[in-house]
Amino acid sequence: MTDLTDLGIAAIRDGVRAGDFSAREVATAFNARVAGAKTLNAFLVETPEHALAAADEADRARAAGEAPKPLAGVPIGMKDLFCTNGVATTAASEILAGFVPPYESTVSQNLWDAGAGMLGKLNMDQFAMGSSNETSAFGNVISPWRRKDGGNAPLAPGGSSGGSSAAVAARLCPGATGTDTGGSIRQPAAFTGISGIKPTYGRCSRWGTIAFASSLDQAGPMARDVRDCAIMLEAMAGFDAKDATSLQLDVPRWEARLSSDLKGKRVGIPKEYRVDGMPAEIETLWQQGVDWLRDAGAEIVEVSLPHTRYALPAYYIIAPAEASSNLARYDGVRYGLRDLPEGAGLQDMYAATRADGFGAEVKRRIMIGTYVLSAGFYDAYYTQAQKVRTLIARDFEQAWERCDVLLTPTAPSAAFALGEKSADPIAMYLNDVFTVPSSLAGLPAMSVPGGLDGAGLPLGLQIIGKPLDEQGVLNAGLAIEERAGFAARPEGWW
Amino acid sequence: MSDYRIQGDTGEWEVVIGLEVHAQVTSNAKLFSGSATAFGAEPNTQVSLVDAAMPGMLPVPNRECIRQAVRTGMAIDAQINRWSRFDRKNYFYADLPQGYQISQLYHPLVGEGHLDVSPDDKNPEAVKRIGIERIHVEQDAGKLMHDQHPTRSYVDLNRSGVALMEIVSRPDMRSPAEAGAYLTKLRSILRYVGSCDGNMDQGSMRADVNVSVRKPGEPLGTRTETKNVNSVRFVMQAIEHEAKRQVALLEEGGTIVQETRLFNPDTGQTRSMRSKEDAHDYRYFPDPDLLPLELDEAFVAECRASLPELPDAKRQRYEAAGVSAYQAGVLTAEVESARWFDALLAAGAPGAQAANWVSSELFGALNRLGKGIEESPVSPSAAAELLALVADGTLSGSLAKQVFEVMLETGEAPAAIVEARGLKQTSDTGAIDVVIADVIAKNPNQLAQYRGGKEALFGFFVGQTMKAMGGKANPGVVNERLKAMLAG
Repeated sequence: MTDLTDLGIAAIRDGVRAGDFSAREVATAFNARVAGAKTLNAFLVETPEHALAAADEADRARAAGEAPKPLAGVPIGMKDLFCTNGVATTAASEILAGFVPPYESTVSQNLWDAGAGMLGKLNMDQFAMGSSNETSAFGNVISPWRRKDGGNAPLAPGGSSGGSSAAVAARLCPGATGTDTGGSIRQPAAFTGISGIKPTYGRCSRWGTIAFASSLDQAGPMARDVRDCAIMLEAMAGFDAKDATSLQLDVPRWEARLSSDLKGKRVGIPKEYRVDGMPAEIETLWQQGVDWLRDAGAEIVEVSLPHTRYALPAYYIIAPAEASSNLARYDGVRYGLRDLPEGAGLQDMYAATRADGFGAEVKRRIMIGTYVLSAGFYDAYYTQAQKVRTLIARDFEQAWERCDVLLTPTAPSAAFALGEKSADPIAMYLNDVFTVPSSLAGLPAMSVPGGLDGAGLPLGLQIIGKPLDEQGVLNAGLAIEERAGFAARPEGWW
Repeated sequence: MSDYRIQGDTGEWEVVIGLEVHAQVTSNAKLFSGSATAFGAEPNTQVSLVDAAMPGMLPVPNRECIRQAVRTGMAIDAQINRWSRFDRKNYFYADLPQGYQISQLYHPLVGEGHLDVSPDDKNPEAVKRIGIERIHVEQDAGKLMHDQHPTRSYVDLNRSGVALMEIVSRPDMRSPAEAGAYLTKLRSILRYVGSCDGNMDQGSMRADVNVSVRKPGEPLGTRTETKNVNSVRFVMQAIEHEAKRQVALLEEGGTIVQETRLFNPDTGQTRSMRSKEDAHDYRYFPDPDLLPLELDEAFVAECRASLPELPDAKRQRYEAAGVSAYQAGVLTAEVESARWFDALLAAGAPGAQAANWVSSELFGALNRLGKGIEESPVSPSAAAELLALVADGTLSGSLAKQVFEVMLETGEAPAAIVEARGLKQTSDTGAIDVVIADVIAKNPNQLAQYRGGKEALFGFFVGQTMKAMGGKANPGVVNERLKAMLAG
């Protein structure tokens, strides 16, 4: 029998339905795999009992002849940004140390309702702020991938959903939830050779997901291939009256409508994404992607997104501005960390609690956000950034007159070594250069693995789609996936 | 138009007043959560995950709160903004779980409107128009309790997230009386509309009072803002004290500091709370958890259709029905009395007679009983029956008073009382003539004087006749017969 942990979501689902193996066998295999991978530090909390309970329910339902749920028998990993009822949730920050939510996020509840089980809570950059997982208060995740140079330097799994990317790549789970504010699903997916999709803003409810930047935050799946992403996204998405920005739309049947035949489709290549200093290997892969999509029947057109270079600065104003306000609630009064020095008053308690509880990158962004919203600076920064955001969205709208999807690289480099960029925030922020514009415009976008670089590390290609056209994105992703034939996987060194 | 002036050593000073009124929206649920809003509940029993700002919680606007604010805007003839937006006002305090208050700085729900007030009771026709700049909706904060523990403060979040309307006037008022009249009228309108219960002693309506002084004709002076004043009388006191303080300070050669002040109801004085230099930078920005609020035609139409008749329109209608301007003002000041009076009119009572009766008889009786009109033991329909018995001559005015007393005590219907106690007035000229003849026969001296030209004695004969008939004679018939018989 094959190792069950080598199977993806669709294979597990179908195998459990067919009775090839039981859901309990699957959960048991993944629980063991998680337990044996502590070196990677991908999980903050392991919940083997949760996975087993869901598995037993799936087995019971099958034995009783009940109609199978969409994810019956599939265990997944849950990013620690999602509040899970009775299971510690910290957003990888000390300030939420000991916080156990008495409620379940809508996205995680949707997954449990679909029959999935939880293997554990996944490590991440603190409050989803970071591109390398090094801002976690509980130690960084180590990528399962290593360069072929024999140096064994520990690599970043990307961020902020780095626990999710590492866990899926290392076969600790067949799929995991991620969240994407400026690229936090797509960049780690690219770094670890897996697929991940950020849907249109509003597809997945934000209720119960710890907020970073409300106007940008979107949940999405990270999995081994495009089909698995489609299956998982169907379970996660849906209208939620508890989120005022949730889209009141039915969830399309993305999996059933997957098709890699792109005849009649036009793929836009935005010329502004050819940035200085981009490694030749990424340039080459991008061209390869163009050829694959042409081979799939698509027409290739060059398009212009003229305001692209303003996207990153605008993002690093808007996201910190929202974060500075969203994170004000962590004040030591009602939950989480409270640091009350002897004889301290209210203001001292705030200062001590927040100084101790937040990591350096979180503090940096709170400071930036506070600054750009301050009297006298608001118009120069925040208002200006909102104008840029409007222009970015208009760029895309104009591009859609000429094409159906856009193809770009996901990130400007392959995975870097841990510590390599942590001293230089700007270098770290530049990792988001290709993912941020579609986040600002609220568009669906996904990363699929395209190949390996010279050091043997995965590189990803990004597909950006029209609002609500996750299907077009998934289909183009599938066309690449079929042609790239990406089968590389990290060696199990841990 | 106000000639209110502060007499200083250097001459007369004019007072300029603007009010920001916070009115708690009448709604079963909070502005952005489903929690209840009842006053006086046990601490922290009306708090949802959203109100406590738990991680990942999101606000969802409550339609009813928006509706009430829109209806209020319509009641002050204001512009209703079809597109408005919520902003966050950021500051740290223990009674503010989110670390920000959701409010509307840049694009309020309701724009420019106005209120016509009559500051002078003796001259209700003298109307002054007070401009209203805007009404926006926002969240209330929780409450700190400092008296529960020797060294700690406790927080009650029941009020956290309750919907408030902030109603911002123009600096159009020039005297404490005008400010008092504005606040009274505004409260009345809110209660008519049903968007706020107006209970100032429970804090569901409170005012921030902006006051400055200047020599008449000069530009506006620097203002101070006295926070959270919670009665009409206190608002008037605070203005008077603050204006006098400012005049004294300016005349000493001092300058007014733009600052926030507190009113002390025990002393009637204001004191400094914090100056502009200490003011927070609230870092307002659009709340990214909420989409802009867009009102569709049907919603606005429903709001308008659901508006009741408002005090000014009612007053005009009452006046057209023959009610005096003064009484119309009194009857419409409180929604409960207007409702009662409307029911009385609807039951067929004629305007002028009904207004006189309500103003003297009913209000007098309720005063004696210490009851509000909504608790009146006599219903409008019973009162209408009573008035009808007067109108058709069954009862005289004095008999009607007797019947009303019985109604107040027993709740019986007036016709039944008249029947059972034989209180019916008589218009039988034969019977009346017999009594008059007897009265004349018994008072020959008075008759001689009357016939000699002392006509004031007519009243004496009326009184004697009514007395002899136990008050049940129709006064009109008595007058008519007496005149004839006294003439001989």
